[in-house]
Amino acid sequence: MISKEYDVVIIGSGAGGGTVAAELAQMVKAGFKVLLLEQGPRIEAREMTWNELDMASALYADRGGFLTADGTMTLAFARAYGGSTVVYTGTSLVAPDRVIRSWGISGLTAADVARRCTKYIVQNNVHILPPEELNENNRLFVTGCAGAGFHAEQFPVNVFGCKGSSLCNLGCPNGAKMGTNAVQLPMAERGGVEVVTRAEAKRIEERAVIVHVREKEPGEKGKPGEWAPGEYRVKAKVIVCSGGAIGTPALLLRSGYGRRMPALGTKFTCHPALILVAEHDRAITNDVGHPKSFYLDRAVEEGFVLETCMYFPFTTAKNISGFGEEHSATMRAFPRLQMILALACDRALPGNRVTVDRNGEPVVHYEFTPRVIQSMTRATRAAAKIFFAAGAQRVHAPLANPSVIEARDKREIDRLTDAKHFKAGKVSVAAAHLMGGAAMGPGRSTSVTDGWGRVHGLPWLRIADASLFPDSLEINPYLTIMALADRVAEAVRVDAPSLFGRSVGPS
Amino acid sequence: MNHPVFLPVRPAFRAIAATIVPEAAGLDEDGWEDAEDAIENTIATRSDALRRQLRLLVKVIDLLPLLRYGRRFTALDGERRMRVLQWMQDSPFLLLRRGVWGLRTLIMLGYYSRPIAASQIGYRASALGWEARP
Repeated sequence: MISKEYDVVIIGSGAGGGTVAAELAQMVKAGFKVLLLEQGPRIEAREMTWNELDMASALYADRGGFLTADGTMTLAFARAYGGSTVVYTGTSLVAPDRVIRSWGISGLTAADVARRCTKYIVQNNVHILPPEELNENNRLFVTGCAGAGFHAEQFPVNVFGCKGSSLCNLGCPNGAKMGTNAVQLPMAERGGVEVVTRAEAKRIEERAVIVHVREKEPGEKGKPGEWAPGEYRVKAKVIVCSGGAIGTPALLLRSGYGRRMPALGTKFTCHPALILVAEHDRAITNDVGHPKSFYLDRAVEEGFVLETCMYFPFTTAKNISGFGEEHSATMRAFPRLQMILALACDRALPGNRVTVDRNGEPVVHYEFTPRVIQSMTRATRAAAKIFFAAGAQRVHAPLANPSVIEARDKREIDRLTDAKHFKAGKVSVAAAHLMGGAAMGPGRSTSVTDGWGRVHGLPWLRIADASLFPDSLEINPYLTIMALADRVAEAVRVDAPSLFGRSVGPS
Repeated sequence: MNHPVFLPVRPAFRAIAATIVPEAAGLDEDGWEDAEDAIENTIATRSDALRRQLRLLVKVIDLLPLLRYGRRFTALDGERRMRVLQWMQDSPFLLLRRGVWGLRTLIMLGYYSRPIAASQIGYRASALGWEARP
């Protein structure tokens, strides 16, 4: 095993790790050695294609098919230089004040989160797309919301030079999304942070990480890892875990910290989502243009958020209910399809948690509570009304019976759509906003870190990713992850005298 | 390439696939190979236990209709095949629902991830985005 030594090691390069790396780059100038380890490969924009299987295989954990323990929900998260920021749509919302207040984390205020979000809004070129760049799939959502008595809001997005490929969730072939792979990681590397890809943190020991660097396989996308394939023991004065809401708890659990941290892995939430589809009587622009430009926030009133979306043939097929001729007919109507993503706002519960199996691989236990199923039902009803108000001829609603609602029955939406039609394992449910598992909080019995990502009782161990969330965020999380990671980096700098025996100089 | 999971149960697997996606019945041998390769590659990294379960599920689906119709799945007409799969999909047993969902997902992956299938349903996404549209 090869030994190496650094002052700081960051594990993970997504919204959390990428932000910490960029923020700690200034320490390199002061003579500190900072290393970032990323499990996935470094893939360039020119390698991105519209081929779902190729990109899922290259970018997503378990090729995009990571399932919860009982097999009833798919969890999507990326493993690549840039983490899940490579595959998000760049929607950039600031956490609602009420959510941050409800978390009740000492020293964490909504104003502080908003201030730090503003920094990344500027850094990531977040803006509203002009009307001429919006496709009909998005415009019909606005029309439908207005017709159904709702008010759609436009997502600020972090794109630069977007050509409208619609392929955000497969990685942008034009490098137009301003994820950490495009902004913070290059910034960190220019500042002297060393980044090693294809490097999996196997376990954490006292101030050390055991790392496996894997070889690039023939035909695999991406550059080879920066270190030779093999096993490494990397000593560090500070270790920052940024492997995400599944990766970080799993890493700490397989490193044996579960007994010391009883809250580790608990309070997992994820915004369980349904992809809802409607058919219009004419072709609309749907597979061109930014896919996610508008949303309807009903989190407070009804426990759900609707977002525009447009997926790819297989993903769409998987998420439309049923099979056989009716399903095929819907797929043949692809150019006429409008899509809405219905996200349920779930709550942190003790039973919904991340554990590890005997091989140390993550296992996510998740139960659909009656509250979540009701949220999905209300979301389906609202989406169906929006579709019909936008002129759709029929709506595919997995919580309706029959699962296809014709326009002539649109007044019956509330009756036809009912929570009793939800059957786990039959209805396709997916989630991409993975949160919790190493929550911030006041003490070791109910949380893993303080409000600055310092692991209780282990000052050399920090966490900077969505696993810090003590409960659901109720919106797209990446900006909030960056804001919290910014705090974690600040705390590392502030704590430098005790961590490194000297200060890091002015920030 | 080898088909270690579904090759031994190919007739039943293809009968199920053509029920899930009726267009699959029209695939030529190259088309089937492409679809089956995509499926096998996807499950290649899964555990041996899961792969065995998938093959077992195909066998169960093939044999289950003997109880109701006195014939194997492969010997049923299209309507009865649909009924069998729908019954399993609506089963009170999570294991059965989950099994059908998983198999259905893999079959859709195999069929719709092929570029020609995407083209046939009118999917036109391109890296060029708006520039590629008239």
